[in-house]
Amino acid sequence: MDEFILAGRQFNSRLILGSGKYPLPMMKEVVAAGEPDIVTLAVRRVNAGGAENILDHIPSGKTLLPNTSGARNAREALTIARLARELGCGDLIKIEVITDNKYLMPDNEETLEAVKLLVKDGFAALPYMNPDLVMARKMAEAGAAAVMPLGAPIGSNKGLTTAELIALIIEEIEVPVIIDAGLGRPSQACEAMEMGADAVMLNTAVATAADPPAMAKAFALAVKAGREAFLAGLGRVCQGEASSPLTGFLG
Amino acid sequence: MVEAALKKNRRDLHDLGILLSPAAAAYLEDMASEVRRETLRFFGRNIGLYTPLYVANYCVNECVYCGYNRSNQIRRGRLTEGEIEDEARAIAATGLTDILLLTGESRAQSGVKYIGRATEILARHFKSVGLEVYPLKTEEYQYLQNLGADFVSVYQETYDPLLYNKVHLSGPKKNYAWRFNAQERALEAGFRGVAFGALLGLGDLRRDTLASGAHAWLISKKFPLAEIAFSTPRLRPCPNKEKTSCQVGETELTQIILALKLFMPWAGLSLSTRERAWYRDNMIGLGVTRLSAGVKTAVGGHSGDDKGDEQFHKSDSRDVQEVCRAIIERGFQPVFNDYVRL
Repeated sequence: MDEFILAGRQFNSRLILGSGKYPLPMMKEVVAAGEPDIVTLAVRRVNAGGAENILDHIPSGKTLLPNTSGARNAREALTIARLARELGCGDLIKIEVITDNKYLMPDNEETLEAVKLLVKDGFAALPYMNPDLVMARKMAEAGAAAVMPLGAPIGSNKGLTTAELIALIIEEIEVPVIIDAGLGRPSQACEAMEMGADAVMLNTAVATAADPPAMAKAFALAVKAGREAFLAGLGRVCQGEASSPLTGFLG
Repeated sequence: MVEAALKKNRRDLHDLGILLSPAAAAYLEDMASEVRRETLRFFGRNIGLYTPLYVANYCVNECVYCGYNRSNQIRRGRLTEGEIEDEARAIAATGLTDILLLTGESRAQSGVKYIGRATEILARHFKSVGLEVYPLKTEEYQYLQNLGADFVSVYQETYDPLLYNKVHLSGPKKNYAWRFNAQERALEAGFRGVAFGALLGLGDLRRDTLASGAHAWLISKKFPLAEIAFSTPRLRPCPNKEKTSCQVGETELTQIILALKLFMPWAGLSLSTRERAWYRDNMIGLGVTRLSAGVKTAVGGHSGDDKGDEQFHKSDSRDVQEVCRAIIERGFQPVFNDYVRL
Protein backbone atom coordinates (compact mmCIF):
# COMPACT_ATOMS: atom_id res chain seq x y z
CA MET A 1 0.00 0.00 0.00
CA ASP A 2 1.51 3.27 -1.09
CA GLU A 3 1.02 5.65 1.80
CA PHE A 4 1.81 9.31 1.82
CA ILE A 5 2.63 10.08 5.43
CA LEU A 6 3.39 13.64 6.40
CA ALA A 7 3.83 14.90 9.96
CA GLY A 8 2.26 11.74 11.31
CA ARG A 9 -0.84 12.08 9.17
CA GLN A 10 -1.80 9.98 6.19
CA PHE A 11 -2.95 11.53 2.93
CA ASN A 12 -4.33 10.00 -0.25
CA SER A 13 -3.34 12.66 -2.74
CA ARG A 14 0.24 13.62 -3.47
CA LEU A 15 -0.89 16.83 -5.13
CA ILE A 16 -0.95 19.91 -2.95
CA LEU A 17 -2.72 22.93 -4.41
CA GLY A 18 -2.29 26.60 -3.59
CA SER A 19 -5.02 29.17 -3.32
CA GLY A 20 -3.42 32.44 -4.33
CA LYS A 21 -3.77 34.14 -7.73
CA TYR A 22 -7.31 32.79 -8.22
CA PRO A 23 -10.72 34.31 -8.36
CA LEU A 24 -11.78 32.83 -5.03
CA PRO A 25 -15.16 31.41 -6.09
CA MET A 26 -13.24 29.12 -8.41
CA MET A 27 -11.44 27.41 -5.53
CA LYS A 28 -14.31 25.03 -4.90
CA GLU A 29 -14.32 23.74 -8.49
CA VAL A 30 -10.55 23.51 -8.60
CA VAL A 31 -10.39 21.52 -5.40
CA ALA A 32 -13.23 19.28 -6.55
CA ALA A 33 -11.41 18.60 -9.82
CA GLY A 34 -7.87 18.20 -8.52
CA GLU A 35 -8.86 16.39 -5.33
CA PRO A 36 -5.90 17.48 -3.24
CA ASP A 37 -6.02 16.59 0.43
CA ILE A 38 -3.91 19.56 1.37
CA VAL A 39 -4.49 23.17 0.31
CA THR A 40 -2.01 25.92 1.04
CA LEU A 41 -2.84 29.54 1.68
CA ALA A 42 -0.97 32.71 2.51
CA VAL A 43 -1.79 33.82 6.04
CA ARG A 44 -1.52 37.40 4.83
CA ARG A 45 -4.52 36.77 2.59
CA VAL A 46 -6.71 35.69 5.47
CA ASN A 47 -9.25 38.38 6.20
CA ALA A 48 -11.04 36.89 9.20
CA GLY A 49 -14.45 38.47 9.53
CA GLY A 50 -13.80 40.58 6.46
CA ALA A 51 -14.58 40.63 2.77
CA GLU A 52 -13.14 38.13 0.30
CA ASN A 53 -11.66 36.01 3.07
CA ILE A 54 -9.64 33.27 1.45
CA LEU A 55 -10.54 30.88 4.28
CA ASP A 56 -14.20 31.07 3.35
CA HIS A 57 -13.48 29.64 -0.08
CA ILE A 58 -11.45 26.58 0.80
CA PRO A 59 -13.80 23.61 1.02
CA SER A 60 -14.04 21.95 4.40
CA GLY A 61 -12.51 18.56 4.90
CA LYS A 62 -9.19 19.61 3.44
CA THR A 63 -6.06 19.95 5.51
CA LEU A 64 -4.88 23.54 5.52
CA LEU A 65 -1.23 24.30 5.00
CA PRO A 66 -0.78 27.99 5.79
CA ASN A 67 2.42 29.59 4.57
CA THR A 68 4.42 32.40 6.09
CA SER A 69 4.83 34.45 2.90
CA GLY A 70 5.59 38.03 3.79
CA ALA A 71 8.08 36.97 6.45
CA ARG A 72 11.53 38.39 5.82
CA ASN A 73 13.31 36.53 8.61
CA ALA A 74 12.89 33.61 11.00
CA ARG A 75 11.30 35.66 13.75
CA GLU A 76 8.63 37.00 11.39
CA ALA A 77 7.95 33.48 10.16
CA LEU A 78 7.25 32.42 13.74
CA THR A 79 4.90 35.39 14.24
CA ILE A 80 2.94 34.53 11.12
CA ALA A 81 2.85 30.84 12.07
CA ARG A 82 1.41 31.74 15.45
CA LEU A 83 -1.14 33.95 13.76
CA ALA A 84 -2.15 31.02 11.57
CA ARG A 85 -2.58 28.85 14.61
CA GLU A 86 -4.71 31.53 16.30
CA LEU A 87 -6.87 31.75 13.18
CA GLY A 88 -7.58 28.05 13.49
CA CYS A 89 -5.48 26.95 10.53
CA GLY A 90 -3.76 24.18 12.44
CA ASP A 91 -0.17 23.30 13.24
CA LEU A 92 1.09 22.35 9.83
CA ILE A 93 3.06 25.31 8.47
CA LYS A 94 4.93 25.89 5.25
CA ILE A 95 7.85 28.17 6.04
CA GLU A 96 8.31 30.74 3.33
CA VAL A 97 11.00 33.30 4.08
CA ILE A 98 11.86 35.29 1.01
CA THR A 99 14.44 38.04 0.96
CA ASP A 100 14.39 38.71 -2.75
CA ASN A 101 11.39 40.44 -4.22
CA LYS A 102 12.40 39.97 -7.86
CA TYR A 103 12.74 36.18 -8.08
CA LEU A 104 11.09 35.33 -4.78
CA MET A 105 14.02 33.11 -3.83
CA PRO A 106 13.73 31.56 -0.37
CA ASP A 107 16.40 32.52 2.13
CA ASN A 108 17.80 29.15 3.20
CA GLU A 109 19.65 30.54 6.22
CA GLU A 110 16.64 32.31 7.69
CA THR A 111 14.47 29.34 6.78
CA LEU A 112 16.70 26.98 8.75
CA GLU A 113 16.43 29.28 11.77
CA ALA A 114 12.69 29.39 11.27
CA VAL A 115 12.51 25.59 11.30
CA LYS A 116 14.22 25.58 14.68
CA LEU A 117 11.94 28.25 16.09
CA LEU A 118 8.77 26.66 14.80
CA VAL A 119 9.65 23.14 15.87
CA LYS A 120 10.37 24.46 19.35
CA ASP A 121 6.95 26.12 19.34
CA GLY A 122 5.18 22.88 18.50
CA PHE A 123 4.59 23.33 14.79
CA ALA A 124 5.02 20.75 12.07
CA ALA A 125 7.38 22.79 9.90
CA LEU A 126 7.70 22.36 6.15
CA PRO A 127 10.46 24.63 4.86
CA TYR A 128 10.28 25.94 1.31
CA MET A 129 13.93 26.04 0.26
CA ASN A 130 16.44 26.48 -2.50
CA PRO A 131 17.63 22.93 -3.28
CA ASP A 132 20.85 22.46 -1.35
CA LEU A 133 21.57 19.03 0.07
CA VAL A 134 23.58 20.38 2.98
CA MET A 135 20.79 22.75 3.97
CA ALA A 136 18.13 20.08 3.50
CA ARG A 137 20.04 17.83 5.85
CA LYS A 138 20.29 20.55 8.48
CA MET A 139 16.60 21.28 8.20
CA ALA A 140 15.71 17.63 8.56
CA GLU A 141 18.00 17.34 11.56
CA ALA A 142 16.37 20.42 13.06
CA GLY A 143 13.07 18.57 12.98
CA ALA A 144 11.42 19.65 9.74
CA ALA A 145 8.46 17.42 8.88
CA ALA A 146 9.45 17.53 5.22
CA VAL A 147 11.57 19.67 2.93
CA MET A 148 10.18 21.57 -0.02
CA PRO A 149 12.84 22.32 -2.61
CA LEU A 150 11.85 24.58 -5.48
CA GLY A 151 11.74 23.39 -9.05
CA ALA A 152 12.08 26.88 -10.49
CA PRO A 153 11.29 30.44 -9.31
CA ILE A 154 7.72 30.91 -8.09
CA GLY A 155 5.36 31.60 -10.93
CA SER A 156 7.94 31.02 -13.63
CA ASN A 157 6.33 27.79 -14.87
CA LYS A 158 9.80 26.69 -15.97
CA GLY A 159 9.60 23.20 -14.56
CA LEU A 160 12.35 21.21 -12.91
CA THR A 161 15.30 23.49 -13.57
CA THR A 162 16.82 22.23 -10.34
CA ALA A 163 16.26 18.54 -11.06
CA GLU A 164 19.86 17.43 -10.45
CA LEU A 165 19.99 19.07 -7.06
CA ILE A 166 16.57 17.80 -6.05
CA ALA A 167 17.60 14.27 -7.01
CA LEU A 168 20.37 14.41 -4.42
CA ILE A 169 17.97 15.52 -1.76
CA ILE A 170 15.47 12.78 -2.59
CA GLU A 171 18.27 10.28 -2.44
CA GLU A 172 19.84 11.33 0.84
CA ILE A 173 17.13 12.88 2.99
CA GLU A 174 14.82 10.69 5.05
CA VAL A 175 11.94 13.12 5.55
CA PRO A 176 9.40 13.53 2.74
CA VAL A 177 10.50 15.71 -0.16
CA ILE A 178 7.78 17.89 -1.66
CA ILE A 179 8.73 19.70 -4.83
CA ASP A 180 7.25 23.17 -4.74
CA ALA A 181 7.24 26.15 -7.11
CA GLY A 182 7.98 26.49 -10.74
CA LEU A 183 6.06 23.51 -12.07
CA GLY A 184 4.19 24.68 -15.14
CA ARG A 185 2.88 21.62 -16.91
CA PRO A 186 1.39 18.32 -15.80
CA SER A 187 4.25 16.55 -17.56
CA GLN A 188 6.66 18.33 -15.22
CA ALA A 189 4.66 17.26 -12.20
CA CYS A 190 4.73 13.71 -13.56
CA GLU A 191 8.48 13.93 -13.94
CA ALA A 192 8.84 15.22 -10.40
CA MET A 193 6.98 12.18 -9.10
CA GLU A 194 8.96 9.81 -11.33
CA MET A 195 12.10 11.14 -9.68
CA GLY A 196 10.81 9.90 -6.37
CA ALA A 197 9.37 13.06 -4.84
CA ASP A 198 6.80 12.35 -2.17
CA ALA A 199 4.45 15.07 -3.38
CA VAL A 200 4.31 18.22 -5.46
CA MET A 201 2.84 21.60 -4.76
CA LEU A 202 1.66 24.09 -7.31
CA ASN A 203 -0.41 27.18 -7.69
CA THR A 204 0.39 29.46 -10.62
CA ALA A 205 0.17 26.74 -13.26
CA VAL A 206 -3.41 25.97 -12.26
CA ALA A 207 -4.53 29.47 -11.28
CA THR A 208 -3.44 31.02 -14.55
CA ALA A 209 -4.63 28.27 -16.87
CA ALA A 210 -7.51 29.09 -19.18
CA ASP A 211 -9.59 26.47 -17.36
CA PRO A 212 -8.23 26.05 -13.84
CA PRO A 213 -10.45 23.16 -12.72
CA ALA A 214 -9.59 21.17 -15.83
CA MET A 215 -5.91 21.91 -15.33
CA ALA A 216 -6.16 20.83 -11.69
CA LYS A 217 -7.58 17.52 -12.86
CA ALA A 218 -4.79 17.13 -15.41
CA PHE A 219 -2.20 17.70 -12.70
CA ALA A 220 -3.88 15.19 -10.41
CA LEU A 221 -3.69 12.55 -13.13
CA ALA A 222 -0.08 13.44 -13.88
CA VAL A 223 0.90 13.12 -10.24
CA LYS A 224 -0.75 9.69 -10.02
CA ALA A 225 0.94 8.54 -13.22
CA GLY A 226 4.32 9.74 -12.06
CA ARG A 227 4.00 8.02 -8.71
CA GLU A 228 2.97 4.73 -10.29
CA ALA A 229 5.88 4.95 -12.68
CA PHE A 230 8.24 5.50 -9.78
CA LEU A 231 6.87 2.51 -7.90
CA ALA A 232 6.99 0.34 -11.00
CA GLY A 233 10.52 1.33 -11.92
CA LEU A 234 13.95 0.99 -10.35
CA GLY A 235 13.27 3.35 -7.56
CA ARG A 236 14.65 3.21 -4.04
CA VAL A 237 13.95 0.09 -2.12
CA CYS A 238 10.85 0.62 -0.10
CA GLN A 239 11.00 0.35 3.65
CA GLY A 240 9.98 -3.01 4.98
CA GLU A 241 11.40 -5.10 2.16
CA ALA A 242 14.51 -7.19 2.51
CA SER A 243 17.61 -5.09 2.40
CA SER A 244 19.45 -7.57 0.17
CA PRO A 245 16.90 -8.85 -2.32
CA LEU A 246 19.61 -10.15 -4.69
CA THR A 247 21.96 -11.86 -2.29
CA GLY A 248 19.53 -12.49 0.51
CA PHE A 249 19.33 -16.14 -0.56
CA LEU A 250 22.72 -16.66 1.05
CA GLY A 251 21.09 -16.37 4.43
CA MET B 1 14.46 46.68 -31.83
CA VAL B 2 11.07 46.76 -30.16
CA GLU B 3 10.45 43.19 -31.21
CA ALA B 4 13.77 42.12 -29.74
CA ALA B 5 13.00 43.86 -26.46
CA LEU B 6 9.60 42.21 -26.32
CA LYS B 7 11.01 38.74 -26.87
CA LYS B 8 13.42 38.96 -23.94
CA ASN B 9 12.77 37.23 -20.65
CA ARG B 10 14.51 39.83 -18.55
CA ARG B 11 14.66 43.40 -19.69
CA ASP B 12 17.00 46.19 -18.69
CA LEU B 13 16.91 49.97 -18.72
CA HIS B 14 17.93 50.03 -22.34
CA ASP B 15 14.87 47.93 -23.15
CA LEU B 16 12.69 50.27 -21.11
CA GLY B 17 13.92 53.11 -23.27
CA ILE B 18 13.05 51.21 -26.43
CA LEU B 19 9.59 50.33 -25.14
CA LEU B 20 8.93 53.95 -24.18
CA SER B 21 9.96 55.28 -27.56
CA PRO B 22 7.43 56.63 -30.06
CA ALA B 23 8.35 53.70 -32.32
CA ALA B 24 7.06 51.25 -29.73
CA ALA B 25 3.61 52.81 -29.87
CA ALA B 26 2.97 50.70 -32.97
CA TYR B 27 3.48 47.57 -30.86
CA LEU B 28 0.99 48.40 -28.12
CA GLU B 29 -1.06 45.25 -28.66
CA ASP B 30 2.01 43.00 -28.49
CA MET B 31 3.20 44.80 -25.38
CA ALA B 32 -0.22 44.34 -23.80
CA SER B 33 -0.20 40.65 -24.63
CA GLU B 34 3.14 40.14 -22.97
CA VAL B 35 2.19 42.23 -19.94
CA ARG B 36 -0.99 40.23 -19.54
CA ARG B 37 0.97 37.01 -19.46
CA GLU B 38 3.56 38.29 -17.03
CA THR B 39 1.03 39.91 -14.73
CA LEU B 40 -0.82 36.60 -14.49
CA ARG B 41 2.39 34.87 -13.59
CA PHE B 42 3.47 37.30 -10.89
CA PHE B 43 0.14 38.44 -9.52
CA GLY B 44 -2.41 35.96 -10.78
CA ARG B 45 -5.80 37.58 -11.02
CA ASN B 46 -5.41 39.59 -7.85
CA ILE B 47 -6.27 43.27 -7.72
CA GLY B 48 -5.57 44.95 -4.39
CA LEU B 49 -8.00 47.54 -3.08
CA TYR B 50 -7.22 50.61 -1.02
CA THR B 51 -8.30 54.17 -0.53
CA PRO B 52 -6.52 57.44 0.19
CA LEU B 53 -7.28 59.52 3.25
CA TYR B 54 -6.25 63.17 3.10
CA VAL B 55 -5.91 64.34 6.68
CA ALA B 56 -4.51 67.84 6.09
CA ASN B 57 -3.96 70.07 3.08
CA TYR B 58 -1.86 72.86 4.56
CA CYS B 59 1.24 73.34 2.47
CA VAL B 60 4.26 75.62 2.53
CA ASN B 61 5.42 74.80 -0.98
CA GLU B 62 4.68 76.76 -4.10
CA CYS B 63 4.38 74.17 -6.85
CA VAL B 64 2.87 75.54 -10.02
CA TYR B 65 0.98 72.35 -10.90
CA CYS B 66 -0.65 71.54 -7.58
CA GLY B 67 -3.95 72.41 -6.00
CA TYR B 68 -2.28 72.69 -2.59
CA ASN B 69 0.10 75.43 -3.76
CA ARG B 70 0.39 77.79 -0.80
CA SER B 71 -0.54 80.72 -3.03
CA ASN B 72 -3.84 79.10 -3.95
CA GLN B 73 -6.90 80.35 -2.19
CA ILE B 74 -8.40 77.02 -1.24
CA ARG B 75 -10.22 75.90 1.85
CA ARG B 76 -7.50 74.57 4.13
CA GLY B 77 -8.30 71.97 6.75
CA ARG B 78 -6.79 69.46 9.10
CA LEU B 79 -8.57 66.55 10.75
CA THR B 80 -8.54 66.24 14.50
CA GLU B 81 -7.73 62.88 16.04
CA GLY B 82 -11.43 62.31 16.65
CA GLU B 83 -12.17 63.08 13.03
CA ILE B 84 -9.43 60.73 11.82
CA GLU B 85 -10.99 58.05 14.02
CA ASP B 86 -14.41 58.72 12.45
CA GLU B 87 -12.97 58.60 8.96
CA ALA B 88 -11.13 55.37 9.72
CA ARG B 89 -14.28 53.73 11.03
CA ALA B 90 -16.34 54.82 8.05
CA ILE B 91 -13.75 53.57 5.59
CA ALA B 92 -13.16 50.29 7.44
CA ALA B 93 -16.90 49.68 7.32
CA THR B 94 -16.66 49.42 3.54
CA GLY B 95 -14.39 46.39 3.99
CA LEU B 96 -11.11 48.02 3.06
CA THR B 97 -8.08 46.97 5.12
CA ASP B 98 -5.46 48.97 3.23
CA ILE B 99 -5.24 52.74 3.56
CA LEU B 100 -3.03 55.50 2.18
CA LEU B 101 -2.42 58.49 4.41
CA LEU B 102 -1.74 61.85 2.72
CA THR B 103 -0.87 65.35 3.85
CA GLY B 104 0.47 68.51 2.27
CA GLU B 105 3.90 69.67 3.38
CA SER B 106 3.62 71.64 6.56
CA ARG B 107 5.65 70.78 9.62
CA ALA B 108 3.61 73.27 11.56
CA GLN B 109 0.16 71.93 10.68
CA SER B 110 0.94 68.32 9.87
CA GLY B 111 4.26 67.58 11.48
CA VAL B 112 5.72 64.18 12.15
CA LYS B 113 4.01 63.82 15.54
CA TYR B 114 0.65 64.57 13.95
CA ILE B 115 1.32 62.09 11.15
CA GLY B 116 2.40 59.64 13.85
CA ARG B 117 -0.89 60.01 15.74
CA ALA B 118 -2.80 59.57 12.49
CA THR B 119 -0.75 56.45 11.71
CA GLU B 120 -1.45 54.98 15.13
CA ILE B 121 -5.18 55.53 14.75
CA LEU B 122 -5.24 54.08 11.25
CA ALA B 123 -3.09 51.10 12.23
CA ARG B 124 -5.82 50.11 14.65
CA HIS B 125 -8.40 49.97 11.87
CA PHE B 126 -6.37 48.86 8.88
CA LYS B 127 -3.92 46.07 8.17
CA SER B 128 -1.71 48.17 5.94
CA VAL B 129 -0.96 51.88 6.25
CA GLY B 130 0.85 53.58 3.39
CA LEU B 131 2.26 57.09 3.58
CA GLU B 132 2.20 59.69 0.84
CA VAL B 133 3.58 62.65 2.73
CA TYR B 134 6.53 65.00 2.33
CA PRO B 135 10.02 63.44 2.40
CA LEU B 136 11.17 62.74 5.94
CA LYS B 137 14.44 62.00 7.70
CA THR B 138 15.39 58.38 8.30
CA GLU B 139 14.69 58.67 12.05
CA GLU B 140 11.29 60.11 11.26
CA TYR B 141 10.49 57.24 8.89
CA GLN B 142 11.68 54.88 11.60
CA TYR B 143 9.35 56.54 14.09
CA LEU B 144 6.36 56.17 11.77
CA GLN B 145 7.26 52.61 10.84
CA ASN B 146 7.28 51.69 14.52
CA LEU B 147 3.80 53.16 14.83
CA GLY B 148 2.48 50.92 12.07
CA ALA B 149 3.14 52.45 8.66
CA ASP B 150 4.58 49.98 6.15
CA PHE B 151 4.78 51.64 2.73
CA VAL B 152 6.07 54.98 1.46
CA SER B 153 5.20 56.72 -1.81
CA VAL B 154 7.12 59.75 -3.00
CA TYR B 155 6.76 61.01 -6.55
CA GLN B 156 9.61 63.00 -8.00
CA GLU B 157 7.14 64.92 -10.22
CA THR B 158 9.86 65.42 -12.81
CA TYR B 159 13.38 64.03 -12.90
CA ASP B 160 14.60 66.93 -15.04
CA PRO B 161 16.48 69.10 -12.52
CA LEU B 162 16.08 72.30 -14.50
CA LEU B 163 12.35 71.88 -14.93
CA TYR B 164 12.07 70.70 -11.33
CA ASN B 165 13.61 73.95 -10.20
CA LYS B 166 11.27 75.94 -12.43
CA VAL B 167 8.00 74.38 -11.25
CA HIS B 168 8.86 74.43 -7.57
CA LEU B 169 8.93 78.12 -6.85
CA SER B 170 9.58 78.00 -3.14
CA GLY B 171 9.49 75.77 -0.11
CA PRO B 172 11.35 72.65 1.06
CA LYS B 173 10.16 70.76 -2.00
CA LYS B 174 12.65 72.76 -4.03
CA ASN B 175 15.31 70.38 -2.76
CA TYR B 176 15.53 67.79 -5.56
CA ALA B 177 18.06 65.48 -3.92
CA TRP B 178 16.22 65.38 -0.61
CA ARG B 179 13.09 64.22 -2.37
CA PHE B 180 14.98 61.80 -4.65
CA ASN B 181 16.54 59.99 -1.69
CA ALA B 182 13.32 59.60 0.28
CA GLN B 183 12.72 55.99 -0.78
CA GLU B 184 16.22 55.01 0.30
CA ARG B 185 15.74 56.60 3.71
CA ALA B 186 12.37 54.90 4.12
CA LEU B 187 13.82 51.48 3.27
CA GLU B 188 16.74 52.01 5.61
CA ALA B 189 14.18 52.75 8.28
CA GLY B 190 12.61 49.35 7.63
CA PHE B 191 9.60 50.05 5.44
CA ARG B 192 8.59 46.99 3.43
CA GLY B 193 8.05 48.84 0.16
CA VAL B 194 8.20 52.10 -1.74
CA ALA B 195 6.51 53.63 -4.74
CA PHE B 196 7.96 55.73 -7.54
CA GLY B 197 6.52 57.93 -10.23
CA ALA B 198 6.58 61.16 -12.11
CA LEU B 199 3.73 63.58 -12.72
CA LEU B 200 3.05 62.73 -16.33
CA GLY B 201 2.69 65.76 -18.52
CA LEU B 202 4.78 68.03 -16.35
CA GLY B 203 8.03 67.28 -18.16
CA ASP B 204 8.97 64.94 -20.97
CA LEU B 205 6.71 61.95 -20.45
CA ARG B 206 9.12 59.33 -21.77
CA ARG B 207 12.27 60.66 -20.16
CA ASP B 208 10.58 61.06 -16.81
CA THR B 209 9.28 57.49 -16.98
CA LEU B 210 12.70 56.17 -17.96
CA ALA B 211 14.17 58.03 -15.02
CA SER B 212 11.58 56.69 -12.60
CA GLY B 213 12.35 53.21 -13.90
CA ALA B 214 16.06 53.77 -13.31
CA HIS B 215 15.34 55.14 -9.85
CA ALA B 216 13.29 52.08 -8.91
CA TRP B 217 15.85 49.73 -10.45
CA LEU B 218 18.74 51.16 -8.48
CA ILE B 219 16.80 51.11 -5.23
CA SER B 220 15.71 47.53 -5.78
CA LYS B 221 19.32 46.51 -6.41
CA LYS B 222 20.31 48.07 -3.12
CA PHE B 223 17.30 46.70 -1.25
CA PRO B 224 16.40 43.37 -2.90
CA LEU B 225 13.91 42.73 -0.15
CA ALA B 226 11.85 45.83 -0.86
CA GLU B 227 8.52 45.78 -2.61
CA ILE B 228 8.53 48.16 -5.53
CA ALA B 229 5.52 49.91 -7.01
CA PHE B 230 4.92 52.48 -9.69
CA SER B 231 2.26 55.09 -9.99
CA THR B 232 1.45 56.98 -13.16
CA PRO B 233 -0.42 60.14 -12.17
CA ARG B 234 -1.38 62.32 -15.09
CA LEU B 235 -1.35 66.04 -14.70
CA ARG B 236 -4.97 67.05 -14.50
CA PRO B 237 -6.66 70.42 -14.18
CA CYS B 238 -6.15 71.99 -10.78
CA PRO B 239 -7.35 75.29 -9.29
CA ASN B 240 -4.04 76.84 -10.27
CA LYS B 241 -4.89 76.64 -13.98
CA GLU B 242 -1.23 76.51 -15.03
CA LYS B 243 -0.49 75.52 -18.56
CA THR B 244 1.00 72.06 -18.92
CA SER B 245 3.94 71.21 -21.13
CA CYS B 246 2.19 68.44 -23.01
CA GLN B 247 -1.14 66.71 -22.94
CA VAL B 248 -0.93 63.05 -22.06
CA GLY B 249 -3.62 60.95 -23.65
CA GLU B 250 -4.84 57.56 -22.52
CA THR B 251 -2.95 55.83 -25.32
CA GLU B 252 0.33 57.35 -24.21
CA LEU B 253 -0.46 56.55 -20.60
CA THR B 254 -1.07 52.95 -21.59
CA GLN B 255 2.29 52.75 -23.30
CA ILE B 256 3.95 54.14 -20.16
CA ILE B 257 2.26 51.55 -17.97
CA LEU B 258 2.98 48.62 -20.28
CA ALA B 259 6.63 49.63 -20.68
CA LEU B 260 7.17 49.86 -16.93
CA LYS B 261 5.54 46.49 -16.40
CA LEU B 262 7.64 44.85 -19.08
CA PHE B 263 10.72 46.32 -17.45
CA MET B 264 9.88 45.28 -13.88
CA PRO B 265 7.02 42.78 -14.02
CA TRP B 266 7.31 42.07 -10.32
CA ALA B 267 6.58 45.70 -9.42
CA GLY B 268 3.11 46.78 -8.40
CA LEU B 269 1.19 49.43 -10.25
CA SER B 270 -1.75 51.48 -8.98
CA LEU B 271 -4.17 53.44 -11.07
CA SER B 272 -5.73 56.28 -9.17
CA THR B 273 -9.12 57.86 -9.64
CA ARG B 274 -7.53 60.59 -11.70
CA GLU B 275 -8.40 58.13 -14.44
CA ARG B 276 -11.96 57.43 -15.42
CA ALA B 277 -13.74 54.19 -14.57
CA TRP B 278 -13.82 52.98 -18.16
CA TYR B 279 -10.06 53.29 -18.50
CA ARG B 280 -9.27 51.73 -15.13
CA ASP B 281 -11.53 48.77 -15.83
CA ASN B 282 -9.95 48.14 -19.21
CA MET B 283 -6.50 48.17 -17.69
CA ILE B 284 -7.37 45.36 -15.26
CA GLY B 285 -5.23 42.46 -16.37
CA LEU B 286 -2.79 44.72 -18.19
CA GLY B 287 -0.41 45.30 -15.33
CA VAL B 288 -2.57 47.09 -12.78
CA THR B 289 -2.18 45.48 -9.36
CA ARG B 290 -4.02 47.98 -7.18
CA LEU B 291 -7.09 50.13 -7.56
CA SER B 292 -8.44 52.73 -5.20
CA ALA B 293 -12.15 52.69 -4.38
CA GLY B 294 -14.60 54.80 -2.42
CA VAL B 295 -12.28 57.73 -2.94
CA LYS B 296 -12.68 61.21 -1.54
CA THR B 297 -9.81 63.50 -2.46
CA ALA B 298 -10.91 66.33 -0.19
CA VAL B 299 -9.72 66.45 3.41
CA GLY B 300 -11.84 63.88 5.21
CA GLY B 301 -15.23 63.49 3.63
CA HIS B 302 -15.89 59.81 4.34
CA SER B 303 -17.73 60.23 7.60
CA GLY B 304 -19.34 63.59 7.05
CA ASP B 305 -18.68 66.86 5.26
CA ASP B 306 -15.11 67.35 4.18
CA LYS B 307 -12.90 69.91 5.86
CA GLY B 308 -10.69 71.09 3.04
CA ASP B 309 -10.54 71.31 -0.73
CA GLU B 310 -9.23 68.50 -2.87
CA GLN B 311 -5.81 68.18 -4.46
CA PHE B 312 -7.13 66.93 -7.79
CA HIS B 313 -10.47 66.24 -9.27
CA LYS B 314 -11.36 62.58 -9.41
CA SER B 315 -12.86 60.93 -12.44
CA ASP B 316 -13.95 57.66 -10.88
CA SER B 317 -16.20 58.01 -7.87
CA ARG B 318 -17.31 54.41 -7.58
CA ASP B 319 -17.54 52.90 -4.15
CA VAL B 320 -15.88 49.69 -2.97
CA GLN B 321 -18.79 47.45 -3.96
CA GLU B 322 -18.92 48.88 -7.46
CA VAL B 323 -15.20 48.55 -8.04
CA CYS B 324 -15.30 44.97 -6.71
CA ARG B 325 -18.09 44.16 -9.12
CA ALA B 326 -16.13 45.57 -12.02
CA ILE B 327 -13.09 43.51 -11.06
CA ILE B 328 -15.09 40.31 -10.66
CA GLU B 329 -16.95 40.89 -13.93
CA ARG B 330 -13.62 40.86 -15.71
CA GLY B 331 -12.68 37.53 -14.11
CA PHE B 332 -10.35 38.98 -11.51
CA GLN B 333 -10.24 38.81 -7.75
CA PRO B 334 -10.52 41.84 -5.47
CA VAL B 335 -8.02 41.47 -2.65
CA PHE B 336 -8.61 43.40 0.50
CA ASN B 337 -5.89 41.98 2.66
CA ASP B 338 -2.42 41.04 1.50
CA TYR B 339 -0.20 41.98 4.39
CA VAL B 340 0.49 40.96 7.96
CA ARG B 341 1.90 43.75 10.11
CA LEU B 342 4.93 42.32 11.86
